[in-house]
Amino acid sequence: MNQITKQKAHIVFTLNGEPVEVAFAPHKTLLEVLREDMGLMGTKHGCELGECGTCAVLVDGRSILSCLMLGLDAEDRAVETIEGMATADGPHPLQETFADTGAAQCGYCTPGFLLVAKELLAHNANPSRDEIREALSGNLCRCTGYIKIYEAVELAAAKMRGEEMTLPKESVYGYK
Amino acid sequence: MKPFVYSRATEAAAAVRQVSNERSAKFIAGGTNLLDLMKSGVELPDRLVDIARLPLAEITALPQGGVRIGAMARNSTAANHPLVRERYPVLTQAFLAGATGQIRNMASVGGNLMQRTRCPYFYDPAMRCNKREPGSGCSAVEGFNRIHAVLGASEQCIAVHPSDMCVALAALDAVVRVQGPEGEREIPFDDFHRLPGDTPQQDTNLRHGELITAVDLPALPFAKRSHYLKVRDRASYEFALVSVAAVLDVSGGRVRDARVALGGVAHKPWRAREAEKILTGARANEETYRKAAEAALSGARAYKHNTFKIELAKRAIVRALSTAGGSGA
Repeated sequence: MNQITKQKAHIVFTLNGEPVEVAFAPHKTLLEVLREDMGLMGTKHGCELGECGTCAVLVDGRSILSCLMLGLDAEDRAVETIEGMATADGPHPLQETFADTGAAQCGYCTPGFLLVAKELLAHNANPSRDEIREALSGNLCRCTGYIKIYEAVELAAAKMRGEEMTLPKESVYGYK
Repeated sequence: MKPFVYSRATEAAAAVRQVSNERSAKFIAGGTNLLDLMKSGVELPDRLVDIARLPLAEITALPQGGVRIGAMARNSTAANHPLVRERYPVLTQAFLAGATGQIRNMASVGGNLMQRTRCPYFYDPAMRCNKREPGSGCSAVEGFNRIHAVLGASEQCIAVHPSDMCVALAALDAVVRVQGPEGEREIPFDDFHRLPGDTPQQDTNLRHGELITAVDLPALPFAKRSHYLKVRDRASYEFALVSVAAVLDVSGGRVRDARVALGGVAHKPWRAREAEKILTGARANEETYRKAAEAALSGARAYKHNTFKIELAKRAIVRALSTAGGSGA
């Protein structure tokens, strides 16, 4: 680690697959470093106290709350934010199904949900409704009532397993 | 957040030295509680010594059938470790009842022991609180005290300990291993956390600069028959109103041995020894469990808004014991 003063820290870490270097005030949380020092606004400020889950990102593949982690703690680790979820091939299947089912309304909680759901599907390709509910229980959504979010995760899981799955028509966004 | 000097420790002895030498220095591991207290202005350390990367995360079997959990093991790792799952299901259940996946991925086992109360008056520097500012008074005694203690409280403080993990550790007679400036020592779990008395600012008997290195779980073969029951205001992501860790050794319809600990009712994880005395040797049935529950709460005292906790705790004890005891075979 480079010398850290009360005013400035300087670290290297992997962000969405690419090595990055950043300098920031050492008391900043990872959330603040991502938004203010790296210009990545996809990770949202919510409660700031670990109660809402909207600031969730993946660190070394595991979901954490970036509002409760010092930016310094990211040193030499791999951080994935919502900006890294889509690839050159297009959106991640979860992003597609969240759009298809209308699992996002105001959208403020969506980045956190998507990343936590991605972590779940990396460890469990075919989660039950209860497993999905448990995995996402740290993410609060005040718009959707959660059902569409659970359906979107189930649909994405099926897609990623290469299976066909159709939702009831009334669950699909835009159905009349 | 107030600026601080930060350093990352690469060996335990150096970390201990750095914190011991400075009154307002603190260890930081997962940060899930310390950082929010710093944001709220409750904790104002001048120096943070980051211990998260110390090589203290291993979970290993001990020679006599126990398990050692390194202090830096993540709550999610410890919860799902095969040794913990097989030997101490009550501990796995307690871990998984606490917080959420994201916080369990961050929080260390040592840090969980050091969680501070979630009393809202403690969290609000505008309110009087003897724990935050000794001698200023307790806003909870005359305030909204629905979530507060019914056992072991004092006029100075009626806060409760928030941890689920610690309730299971209390029932399992865990031992906390610590390293300090003068060397290592072991603290039996019951002596680790304190009742408030006249010094509610002190949550534990850990001395300044002492570092938790591991938690040892002694062998307890009957812990395979155990249950953690948590009652809370919503189904997930909430602290316990009341919780019960129940471990029962039952054979031939009788209770051979029992461990019962309660959460959400006191300033520390509350070992219900009166209940254990009644259980040991008695028939494994609901009548026994009810008597045990009455004994556990016999010294309870409620405040204006938390009378319900006494009855809730009794019923939770009966339910947890019935689940742990199974058919009583």
